[in-house]
Amino acid sequence: MKRFIGFIKKEFYHIFRDRRSLFILFGMPIAQIMLFGFAITNEINNVDIAVLDHSKDATTEEIINKISASKYFSINQFIEKESDIDAIFKKGKVKAVLNFEKDFSKNLIKDHNATIQIVTDATDPNTANTISNYVNAILIQYQSVLNKDINITYQVVPETRMVYNPELKSVYMFVPGVMTIILMLVSAMMTSISITREKELGTMEILLVSPIKPIQVIVGKVFPYIFLSIINAIVIVILSIYIFKMPIQGSLILLALESVLFIITALALGILISTISETQQTAMMISLMGLMLPVILLSGFIFPISSMPLPLQLISNIIPAKWFNIIIKGIMLKGVGIQFLWKETLILIGMSVFFIALSVKKYKIRLE
Amino acid sequence: MSITVSNISKSYKSVKALENIYFNVKEGELFGLIGPDGAGKTTLFRILTTLLIANEGSATVAGFDVVSDYKKIRNNVGYMPGKFSLYQDLTIEENLNFFATIFGTTIKENYELIKDIYVQIEPFKDRRAGKLSGGMKQKLALCCALIHKPKVLFLDEPTTGVDPVSRKEFWDMLKRLQQKGITILVSTPYMDEAALCDRVALIQDGKILQVDAPNAIVKHYSKQIYNISAHNMYLLINALKSYKYNHSVYPFGEFVHYTDQRADFNPENLKVYLESKKLSQIVIKNTEPTIEDTFMELAK
Repeated sequence: MKRFIGFIKKEFYHIFRDRRSLFILFGMPIAQIMLFGFAITNEINNVDIAVLDHSKDATTEEIINKISASKYFSINQFIEKESDIDAIFKKGKVKAVLNFEKDFSKNLIKDHNATIQIVTDATDPNTANTISNYVNAILIQYQSVLNKDINITYQVVPETRMVYNPELKSVYMFVPGVMTIILMLVSAMMTSISITREKELGTMEILLVSPIKPIQVIVGKVFPYIFLSIINAIVIVILSIYIFKMPIQGSLILLALESVLFIITALALGILISTISETQQTAMMISLMGLMLPVILLSGFIFPISSMPLPLQLISNIIPAKWFNIIIKGIMLKGVGIQFLWKETLILIGMSVFFIALSVKKYKIRLE
Repeated sequence: MSITVSNISKSYKSVKALENIYFNVKEGELFGLIGPDGAGKTTLFRILTTLLIANEGSATVAGFDVVSDYKKIRNNVGYMPGKFSLYQDLTIEENLNFFATIFGTTIKENYELIKDIYVQIEPFKDRRAGKLSGGMKQKLALCCALIHKPKVLFLDEPTTGVDPVSRKEFWDMLKRLQQKGITILVSTPYMDEAALCDRVALIQDGKILQVDAPNAIVKHYSKQIYNISAHNMYLLINALKSYKYNHSVYPFGEFVHYTDQRADFNPENLKVYLESKKLSQIVIKNTEPTIEDTFMELAK
């Protein structure tokens, strides 16, 4: 036990004396959460649009006013002819053009039918889609005002309610995702680097020719990072509660326990990486390429897993981050308890046990 | 016997690193493994310190088999690798403390053993190991290898890259450790250090050339060696190498060590030959063979 404590003490010296890594360790979560929370967002705000109004009557004016009054759009300019649409998109000044047909009011009264063309710049398909949806929503609203005196006998009215995140704030989606990435990266990358550093410096040679047991080395390496990762998780949760007003619906204790579980899974993965890489650089490359990308792409954090092709869906099952993402969203947004998350929890436990067993088995008691 | 090595062979893929290595080291002996870079010294050290497994042969250290009893060996030996392998970001004291702890002891408990060495670096005990000079690093590494009072001490090229004064000091320290009953196996590429060992094994290209006491090894050298000097070293070597009766010509400090093929060699004839090659200030003297001469002869 004394040996073990001595080893952990040494690990903390390494961590606290490497100022640059320490800065990255604690700076990265804050920077990432700010980035994802503020800069990277799916919502639209004050999108510049142009209007091509062929009729210039009372109705079109009313619609234009409604659109420009919303916080989503600001009307950048009015154009006069169809050929200007292409030109204005090429300049990149606006994201969409509203094209009102000729005699808009007249048609509306006479034929009960008038058309608006919504032309969007689909170089960014997501934004284009969102813009057209938002314009549609405003038009539908306007229509219902127009029709309020008329009784339509048969009508299907969809009433949409967005549960768990009624305002569709993208930060709610990113916080769990960022937390997953950070915990995965810090835990896996840092441990794998710290073990391979011993190999690179040759100190592993001396450690091997000493009575210290493999399990003591492994646990001794992992222990300080469990501690640091927990601090990181706490920082992320505090930031999301106080800066992004993210509600934590479920139990904080459960959240903490599940996070510790995920940290252990990630650390175990880090040890496994270190047993197969000889240099710090390889360890870092494997952690970055082998962990960061799958975590971002296949965990369901940005792209929904259900819309992926089947092979990718199957691969996503072996990514611990996927299961943690389900757990953390469940706790934070839905407020569910362990009775709904036991399956995911068991999977994570299973993965940790598997990784640790494999790395203890693969830990070299000699140099080759 | 403290260390026994019998018929150890080891190859890396297609390269044969060690071939049929054999020797024994007695308890309390200071045994030297002498050979140039790439001779296989480090590989042999790693086999004896249980870091590598030999392809053939067997070895014991402190009475334990290097393969089956590797855990016991790891408790009983001190190992100082050729490359400086301590934690650069830890101070002298922290390094020493750490190694004491993982061997289940304390600095206090075995202070007597390292005292002579440690007092020299103690004034800098709060300095980080990465900022120490070569000689100080060496002393610290030796302290760390000794802190658990090992029965056998393995030192892989401890004096490589260390200045001559520190080298001498280092060997004095080894002599004192030997008196405390520790068996020491030390490797070095420097032939002059061989004379300081009780016995040495000369090793080259993975093969043992000879195992004996340094003065006995020198006695095996049968030829008379001559120290030759002249006004120009380069021309002298060239002239000697083109002399048809030469047996060996090696530069040795300010002289050239020369041996002749003939039994009835007369230095005067050589002097005449060298003068004909336009060399002046020619001096030819008898000299005693050194380990290096023997090594060169054996490695021929």
